[in-house]
Amino acid sequence: MFASKIPISYNLRSIRARFTSTIVAVLGIAGVVAVFLAMLAMANGFQSVMVSSGSPDNVMIRRAGSGSEMESIFMLDELRIVQDHPDVARNDDGKPIYSGDVVVIVPLIMRSTGTEANVQMRGISGLTLEVRPQVRMIEGRFIEPGKAEVIVGSSAHKLYNGTEVGSELAIGGRVWTVVGVFDAGGSSLDSELWSDAILTNETFNRPPNIFQSVTLKLNPGVDFEAFNAQLRSDPRLTVSAQSEVEYYSQKSELISRLITTLGFLIVFVMGFGAVFASLNTMASLISARNREIGTLRAIGFKRHNLILSFVMESVFISLIGGLLGCLLVLPLNGVQASTMNWDTFSHVGFSLKLNSTMILSALGFAVIMGFIGGLIPASHAANRPIVDSLRRA
Amino acid sequence: MVSLNSSETSNSHISVRELHKIYKRGSESIDVLRGLNLDIEPGEFLAFMGPSGSGKTTLLNLIGGIDVPNSGTIVIDGQRIDNLSSSQLTHWRSRHVGFVFQMFNLIPVLNAFENVEMPLLLTRLSKAQRRKHVETALELVGLADRMKHYPRQLSGGQEQRVAIARALVNDPSILLCDEPTGDLDRESANEIMGLIQRLSNEQNKTVLMVTHDPVAAKCADSVLHLEKGVLIEAVSPPEA
Amino acid sequence: MKYLRLIYANILRKKMRFFLTIGSFGVALFLFGILVAIHNGFYEGINAVEDNRLIVRNKTSLLVFLPYSYKAKIEAMEGVEYVIPSVWFAGVYKDRKNFFSQFAIETAGWAETYPEYAIDKDQWSTFAMDRQGCMVGKALADKFGWKVGDRIPIEGTIFPGAWEFNISGIFEGNKKNVDLNQMWIRYEYLAESIPFMKGQVGWYAVKANHTDYVNSLISRIDGEFSNSPAETKTEPEKIWMIGFAKQMGNINLILISVGGVVIFTLLLVTGSTMAMSVRERTSEWATLKTLGYGDGLVLGLVLGESFFYAFIGGAVGLGLAWLFVSNGDPTGMMGGLFALSAGNILTGIGLTLITGFFAGVVPAVSAMKLRIVDALRRV
Repeated sequence: MFASKIPISYNLRSIRARFTSTIVAVLGIAGVVAVFLAMLAMANGFQSVMVSSGSPDNVMIRRAGSGSEMESIFMLDELRIVQDHPDVARNDDGKPIYSGDVVVIVPLIMRSTGTEANVQMRGISGLTLEVRPQVRMIEGRFIEPGKAEVIVGSSAHKLYNGTEVGSELAIGGRVWTVVGVFDAGGSSLDSELWSDAILTNETFNRPPNIFQSVTLKLNPGVDFEAFNAQLRSDPRLTVSAQSEVEYYSQKSELISRLITTLGFLIVFVMGFGAVFASLNTMASLISARNREIGTLRAIGFKRHNLILSFVMESVFISLIGGLLGCLLVLPLNGVQASTMNWDTFSHVGFSLKLNSTMILSALGFAVIMGFIGGLIPASHAANRPIVDSLRRA
Repeated sequence: MVSLNSSETSNSHISVRELHKIYKRGSESIDVLRGLNLDIEPGEFLAFMGPSGSGKTTLLNLIGGIDVPNSGTIVIDGQRIDNLSSSQLTHWRSRHVGFVFQMFNLIPVLNAFENVEMPLLLTRLSKAQRRKHVETALELVGLADRMKHYPRQLSGGQEQRVAIARALVNDPSILLCDEPTGDLDRESANEIMGLIQRLSNEQNKTVLMVTHDPVAAKCADSVLHLEKGVLIEAVSPPEA
Repeated sequence: MKYLRLIYANILRKKMRFFLTIGSFGVALFLFGILVAIHNGFYEGINAVEDNRLIVRNKTSLLVFLPYSYKAKIEAMEGVEYVIPSVWFAGVYKDRKNFFSQFAIETAGWAETYPEYAIDKDQWSTFAMDRQGCMVGKALADKFGWKVGDRIPIEGTIFPGAWEFNISGIFEGNKKNVDLNQMWIRYEYLAESIPFMKGQVGWYAVKANHTDYVNSLISRIDGEFSNSPAETKTEPEKIWMIGFAKQMGNINLILISVGGVVIFTLLLVTGSTMAMSVRERTSEWATLKTLGYGDGLVLGLVLGESFFYAFIGGAVGLGLAWLFVSNGDPTGMMGGLFALSAGNILTGIGLTLITGFFAGVVPAVSAMKLRIVDALRRV
């Protein structure tokens, strides 16, 4: 049933005979698929950064009502109360797993343009590495408390001048030495500099014992809502808790929306272009073979044989185009991009990210285009009276 | 009167001397015309017959200026056309020659009127003037009532008549017909030949026709045979 | 032109091909329009900035303040006409999704420093006298249905609390590329409401008497405050805005690459189908040539078909882009700058011509070069 009975050599020879037009059809589909994938890779890459920025076990504590770390402020004694809560996980030494952070924005020079970017610097304290298990040092060492040292995330290392291990950065009137590079699993933390919290406060003329956020790891099975409710009802505290994962996904809403909206707008329009291009090409290729169609039918091949043969040819061409498009975009995987996160007002790096679902969807899209592109003109041509097909070129 | 192998200059309409044409097919060279000579007087109706590949159509193409000889001369109305540039030939052709083909070659997306009008668009005639010429031409071929019809709405014979009207609309002095009845049934073929004959007599046009059809050839004043690139003899057709 | 009938008839030969080719050109030009509007959304605002304006901010960080005492020192410098203390406010109106710039300013000298805004004098007086007043841009007023006299609630983020402001006036732009998605409030109100802000400023907008003073002012201002607890970084406002645009990143590069690939692809396909369509009519071109149609004319007829497609498709595409863009910014972030100017449309038309040419040139040349005898024999 699936066999068109028309020998495949006919299709292959036809392709060879009209090689240029076929190549053009392949390139056309490749172009569309490439743009489609590139847009998706960009949106996906950005989303991944945001998604991987939070651990599912963690909560972030901030002043009640503040929408971000930037807006939050609370005192050391509150931090001590929170860290002692029984729901907070402890490490093998019995210490609560927390990181008390302050965040500031510092200007660093972008390697790509030589102009300034607003980079988030996080002053940390506590067991930062244990709270953020996705972080590991890949070069140099971790900072020592109280010293004017910074470590840079892997994206920051790529994006900004002067972030090599051993170099010095002038921040806030103080000289800081870069002592290491860390990898935060492709999250927004990778675009940050980390320093000592107390020294950072001092440098920025703040009281030493203030914090902007505390990130805590909770014991397994703790209900976040219940935990939050307890904190809010505690009269000594002015803070509330939010799931870290939720925080980061919210914290990128604006720019996410921008990238996704623009990306999908372009993809949507491309979709139309793709259908037009595919239909047009196949329609022309098929109409050029009108006489052959008439002849084949006159010989005795049935309509559905012909249609099937043409559809297979069209799908084959589209599939090649789709594969080519995927190949063209593959080198973009992992390519560094960056943009401004309007919610945190800081520059964030991300990489274009392809995954197998995307590639399969793109190929599926190409196959569908090939199917439609072949089916409509083929049915049209095969249904004409044989005499007409033979007569007109 | 037509004459072959004449070395005298005459007041002929068309004068061909030592015409050579070579075609290349891949690596092969074929001598299609080998030193052909011919004089044709104005108003003659000539039929060319001969086996396939004898060069009949080539001769027609050369006289009509849509091909260029390798050597030899073609003089029409006192003007040499074998050494004209491509654009000069094009211009000359539009004013002096009308073509009629076996496959009609009408433009399918234009109706009869518009098809006949095509050659006139090259002139500076106004729209109204063009209209007059087209209507006259269509009346001449008896299709004035089908002006708005498209080729697909016409029979083979009618299509060919439109083609003839188109060939005549610029009032050329020469009409070149390449197998004009080749694609027609007997009845239509007779109609067309009658039309061409009538036009040749009434309008005093020089008509050169290539044909395989002996019945069509009979309508001509004389029949010439081509064989292996040369003209054999002038034979007057047997009395009808 | 008298040949239009032939061109027109040829184009309509196959309905499906006609619509698909128009569709391809339409998509290409539509995308062009959208991409240009996006580009404008990000970069056009920069062009509205006067060249005699400088921004003075804290060298350490964008978020660290400068002392108010700097104002007098800067004002005293030669070449300085106005110094305006400003603070980034960043509140939320009802929903975080409704993002627009808000900042606190001193009113003295503002209108002269920012002549690109069309500000009603009476409304401005009201604003200058009402500490809780605010000025909003027309785009915002239209979007939220605000009128002069309305009292609007803003939830503070950097400066927490439930704030309320009275709309003293609605400003428009004197030029096309002015951002009207802004709200200005009174610095005095901020300073008296937030004790910590008294004596602190986010940045200073400085108007130089003349652009000649700009470079020397940069070194003088930064020199004056170097080695102090709050060092300054002074730069022309335009440069500062370009810096932001550069942080937006390779967005511009992406737009251009995408646009380029799409247009190239569609051109390729359209050109190919045109070539096929021309090849199908070989005998017709040959016939025209026998009738006396010269090579140049035949070239022109084929190009004519291509241009026809391009124009119709281009008109549809640009028209739809115009409609889409008039509907406003789908992301909500680019404000009134997401727009197409008349110049953009002209560029679009130019692009239409270019694509029409390139799609048709190859088939046109092949039709032109056709030898009559070969073509006739082929049939």
